[in-house]
Amino acid sequence: MTVIETEAPQRAATKKAPASREGGAWRRTPAWLYAVLLGGLFLVVVPFAWMLVSSLKPEAEVRAVPPTWWPETVTLENYDRLFTGLDFPTYFMNSAIVALAVTAGNMVFCSMLGYALAKLDFPGKKALFAIVLGTLMIPGVVTFVPLFVLTTKIGLSNTLIGMILPFLAGPFGVFLMRQFIQSLPDELIQAARIDGAGELRIFFSVILPLCGPALATLGILTFLTSWNNFLWPLVVAQTEDKYTLPVALALYAVGQNATQYGLLLAGSVVVVLPVLAVFLLLQRHIMQGIAMTGIK
Amino acid sequence: MSAPTSSPPAPATRAPEGGTRSRHVDPTRRQQAVAAWMLALPFVLLFVVFSLGPVLASLGMSFTDMKRTDIRNPFAVEFVGIDNYVKLVQDPLFRKVTLNTLLYLLLGVPLTMAVALVVALGINRVERLKGLLRVGYYLPVVTSIVAVSVVWKFLYRDNGGLFNTVLGWVGIDGPGWLDSTTLSLPALVLMAVWRNFGTLMVIFLAGLATIPQEVAEAAEVDGATGWSRFRYITLPMLRPTLLFGAVITGIGYLQFFEEAFVMTKGGPLDSTRSATYFTFDQFGFGNYGYAAAASYLLFLAVVLLTWVQFRWLGEREAKR
Repeated sequence: MTVIETEAPQRAATKKAPASREGGAWRRTPAWLYAVLLGGLFLVVVPFAWMLVSSLKPEAEVRAVPPTWWPETVTLENYDRLFTGLDFPTYFMNSAIVALAVTAGNMVFCSMLGYALAKLDFPGKKALFAIVLGTLMIPGVVTFVPLFVLTTKIGLSNTLIGMILPFLAGPFGVFLMRQFIQSLPDELIQAARIDGAGELRIFFSVILPLCGPALATLGILTFLTSWNNFLWPLVVAQTEDKYTLPVALALYAVGQNATQYGLLLAGSVVVVLPVLAVFLLLQRHIMQGIAMTGIK
Repeated sequence: MSAPTSSPPAPATRAPEGGTRSRHVDPTRRQQAVAAWMLALPFVLLFVVFSLGPVLASLGMSFTDMKRTDIRNPFAVEFVGIDNYVKLVQDPLFRKVTLNTLLYLLLGVPLTMAVALVVALGINRVERLKGLLRVGYYLPVVTSIVAVSVVWKFLYRDNGGLFNTVLGWVGIDGPGWLDSTTLSLPALVLMAVWRNFGTLMVIFLAGLATIPQEVAEAAEVDGATGWSRFRYITLPMLRPTLLFGAVITGIGYLQFFEEAFVMTKGGPLDSTRSATYFTFDQFGFGNYGYAAAASYLLFLAVVLLTWVQFRWLGEREAKR
């Protein structure tokens, strides 16, 4: 009797929950699973929290053994040194300029080629797609030696343009845009052709306005990749005024500032925080994008 | 008004257009081809100059003795055949970095996939907090490897580092993680797992969502336990997704560099120097031909790995 009595309200409660419509007792989430997953989430976030908290401590406290869990003195001195003592405003600007230019270029050029590959018939199409896809697999380290020779020869070493140009049109964007545009109905294009629109106009005024979600995904992913890019900017930048944030941070971390943990952690916050903010604001597009390219 | 008047002719023109498409091939086809190449042109130009060209140039360079000083004086470059490759195979440092890179790959890929799969299975089963968990676990992926390397170097500190402090609570005197020739590489792998499993988790979640509910329910009705449902339904149906995950993770791990550059400078005693690091060093020394050859061996390894993974994980797909 008691069993039936306690079961009835439970069933009523689960009936309301949308997930229970699939039924199946094993599908009901046990509490321990939440505990484990939230515990795991805590472990994943700890390094970020530790970075942020430590960056607000004075240098001596950062090195304290055992560490203090909460800053005894909260100070912005590390950030002050980054932005007034060191030239982090310049590095930040360089990173932003390079990332924005690379993002804009990929959005424009990749959607153009993506449309051609998805909807148009032309000689060389298959070969072009195969070659572009093939380069997805090529490690960046394979091209950087000749690229360095090239940029030096055309006078672009130690310039932001030299950092931007090689990444202005990447294979990933072509793949993503092609996948997306393929899912748009052919009838749209045929109707526009009947209305007498030229092929290029069809792309710019019919297709491109419909690419919003894919362009958003591509834009965000490209921006994040470019912001975090390291090897090529490290090779191109030769004077401090051309450093991007990761280059500056890495060189400080292995150079004479190697033991200034407070300073370096504050630098890490400056590198990480903008992308975390962008990601948290726009994460829906990113998740879609990964799922879209991962599982067709 | 305009809708009824304009809509009848539309289907009328559309129908023959579709039918005559093959007869009117030439003008429309040519127009399309011209437009397509115009759209493709900017990308193709950039691509040829900055990707395809350098890939081929790198291959060419790898058969020469090109040095930094030869940028100004290209006629001093001499063709040396496969000398660079022979030298690489005999170079003890290159052997060492190859071993390190393979170790990183063999430790990193299974660990990352296992963590990602477990988390994805967990998140797939919960009803609430799905969004929060997914975003939270994904956070490390969007961050700069340089920045997280700085942070983890701080966490791994011998005295006062977070790891050893926590180990101290349970009475373990933690080692100097990054100062040990045996522990430094696994320490980098651990960070890589943390940094990268989020990507695979999202991909696996998308893969899990494609498994029809009915199959799992039918198995449940037939009395399959949780483990056998996982072993005989989830795992086989997830196979293409797992393959994709293994390939992209493997390609990434074969190229590891930034972690070692920031956290250990390749040390101690080259125990964390990777193939990419080796190439970067040779480039720094001005040995361009030698660096190019090393990078091509890495490229070869990437191709080989992808092929092996397709053979190994994809074999059931091929049999069908």
